Amino acid sequence: MTTELLIWLIPLPPVLAFFLIVLFTNRNKALSHTIGVGAAGLSWLGSMVVFARALGAERLAEHPFHSAIPWLPTGDTWFNIGVLIDPFGAAVLFFVAWTIFMIFLYSVGYHNFGQPKGDHDRAGLPPHGATVADEKTGHKHMVPSVEPMYSRFFAFLGLFAFGMYVLVVSDNLLTMFVGWEIMGLCSYLLIGFWYGKESARNAAVKAFMTTRVGDVFMLLGIAFLYSATGTLSFREIFTEEVLHVLATTATPVLGLSAAGLIGLLLFIGTVGKSAQWPLHVWLPDAMEGPTPVSAMIHAATMVSAGVYAVIRMFPLLSLDASTMTVVAFIGTFTAIFAASIAVAQNDIKRVLAYSTISQLGFMIAALGIGAYVAAAFHLITHAFFKALLFLGSGSVIHGMEHGVLHTGDHHVDPQDMFNMGGLRKKMPITFWTFLIGGFALSGFPLVTAGFWSKDEILADAFGHGHMAVFITLAIAAFMTAFYTMRQITLTFLGEPRTKEAEHAQETPWTMTVPLMVLAFFAVTYGWVGIPEHFPGLGGLVPNWFHDFVGHTLEHVPEAPEFSWVPLLTSLGVALGGLFFGWLYYRNVKSAKEDVFQIGVLKNKWYFDEAYNFLFIKPVYWISETLVYKWMDQTVIDGILHTFGKVTDWLGNKIRNWIDLPVINGFGDFVGFRTADLGGAMRPIQTGRVQQYMLLAMFLLLIVGGLLFYFLVMA
Amino acid sequence: MIPLSWYLVLSAALFSVGLFGVLARRNAVAILLGIELMLNSVNINLVAFWRYLDPTRIDGQVFAIIVFAVAAAEVAVGLALVISVYRRRNTVVAEEIDMLKW
Repeated sequence: MTTELLIWLIPLPPVLAFFLIVLFTNRNKALSHTIGVGAAGLSWLGSMVVFARALGAERLAEHPFHSAIPWLPTGDTWFNIGVLIDPFGAAVLFFVAWTIFMIFLYSVGYHNFGQPKGDHDRAGLPPHGATVADEKTGHKHMVPSVEPMYSRFFAFLGLFAFGMYVLVVSDNLLTMFVGWEIMGLCSYLLIGFWYGKESARNAAVKAFMTTRVGDVFMLLGIAFLYSATGTLSFREIFTEEVLHVLATTATPVLGLSAAGLIGLLLFIGTVGKSAQWPLHVWLPDAMEGPTPVSAMIHAATMVSAGVYAVIRMFPLLSLDASTMTVVAFIGTFTAIFAASIAVAQNDIKRVLAYSTISQLGFMIAALGIGAYVAAAFHLITHAFFKALLFLGSGSVIHGMEHGVLHTGDHHVDPQDMFNMGGLRKKMPITFWTFLIGGFALSGFPLVTAGFWSKDEILADAFGHGHMAVFITLAIAAFMTAFYTMRQITLTFLGEPRTKEAEHAQETPWTMTVPLMVLAFFAVTYGWVGIPEHFPGLGGLVPNWFHDFVGHTLEHVPEAPEFSWVPLLTSLGVALGGLFFGWLYYRNVKSAKEDVFQIGVLKNKWYFDEAYNFLFIKPVYWISETLVYKWMDQTVIDGILHTFGKVTDWLGNKIRNWIDLPVINGFGDFVGFRTADLGGAMRPIQTGRVQQYMLLAMFLLLIVGGLLFYFLVMA
Repeated sequence: MIPLSWYLVLSAALFSVGLFGVLARRNAVAILLGIELMLNSVNINLVAFWRYLDPTRIDGQVFAIIVFAVAAAEVAVGLALVISVYRRRNTVVAEEIDMLKW
């Protein structure tokens, strides 16, 4: 099979699995997850083959795997869609395939496959557990119960995977946007998967609406780009001539060039999808979905799509300095802003959600200062260790739910870190993998992937003289290490704070195997991007990532010169953050003792409240008062009622003047006169035969007499 | 030989008596009797014309016999009806047998 054909086929199995499950196998849980996981496995296999061939290809950047077919007739020309795998695409395809496959596998365990049906479980609500009697002793105890909508979950995941693969293999903005929107839909479906919970419903709507704001701008950008260049294909846009035209065309908006405006519009789409400030509000709420899996989708895979899109559009974006400044500012601000919130969150998943926002901010900031390779590198390492962390947190929650089922106290929140503690002994695999993921996130020096990618971002910021970005990101990195260690300390170290934590239990192999696989990548993936001039280690392994991905661009970006300042900074913030986090939180027993539970951080800088006041309330007011009460009820209803009254009046008049006297009168006249006539004729109809005969006789005599007279006598 | 007209007069008189009976009597049996008289007056006519016009042909006699047969059948049915009515309604007055009237 040619590589191009294989790339075409990669997105196919998951979407087929979606339709198969929805249409045929919905009732059979085992068959459904076999199809789902099998499809993900097929796509994974295809992706790995493509990745391997991409590695082996000579000069892949100049001659990427590309094939296109004409799709839409546009006047005299055709709009082509196709697939494209260049070095950057191959690198993204690699982590997407791995993470998606791991999600599928993990979901089997997370949704308690093989467990009995719950006692009171209902579709649309999380499973509550089932009572099982011990065969020997007859002793009853609670065990986790299987998810009621198990099959549906795999169907949604399949559709989601389809969207992500379409996005990655697309060679043009339009099909990329299609994949983008499919993921938006699936994100809505998965966040609202337990639609019986009101919070889940609200979170689903919130996520959909917030990302929609970004998507509208992105579509505008795509439309503008198409009208300006007549093509949406990446390879055709990123040519010298087209870029030059775009860079020199002026637009009436803010004095931006066409490239700048398009870049800005596309970037707003990313702001929505990757949950950057100010459209970050949906992501923490998205944790309402089935714990680790949708969390991971929203943290490791889908939000990466936003960053992927801007990295893809980097050649266009980098044409306008003011757009780049905006990008750098949003990214940097988001990085530190979200990190500050993460410090004060107690829900294990919410910490990770804000951490995700913050890390995505790092990537966006890196891109804003032109560090293309560093952004791509961090995108991929982050996807691995954040996926690991989310799955780890899901495993923790799952273990805690065991404890909750054991004690039967359903008021204990299995996601609150202050209810945990000491889990390292109960859940060793989860602990060690989570530790690896957490250290990678913090940038623990040398051994973790996060260190290399984050260090590269800092080095780029420093090396290119963006001091403000450098300092802010360094502080954000310190906070990252701090809240990560806070999380690890509260969750795993020390002694159990609750009975539930004491009875937590390690999760099944379907959940721990993905953890171990991802932990492997969370460590090793950093080694492919060690800078050449790094003291001691540099040059031992070639900086493969920089060479490979960097060549996607026409002008390969220069790696910044080595400097001790960013290296020491990044060492300092990572180790310092981890140390202080451990130092402080090893003694904190409850949320009350935690000095970082400050209102403004706890309440996420009041952004939800502000948006509620600024947007939601006014919209409700407009809907309720202006549109409903005034426009609908007063104006439109008024007009309709006037019409109604006039018509009613007119109808009455027609009835009284024409219908009643003329038409009814005529009908009645005919009827009544006929009846009168009948009445008048009635007396001669006596029914007495003798009378009739008498009459007949007289008539006969008369007629006979007349005939006789006229015929005979005359 | 008695002239033809005498027969005809007798026949007409008999017919008139019968007709009167049919039109004026209330008793259903009497009405049937009237009908019989009218039929027999016709028979007199038929036989008289046969005898006076062409005795070689037997049309007139045949007609008379058919009328007898019809009259006998009619009386049989009529009387049966009258008896049946009488049993049910205890009357033979024609005006009172009005079950079909509206």
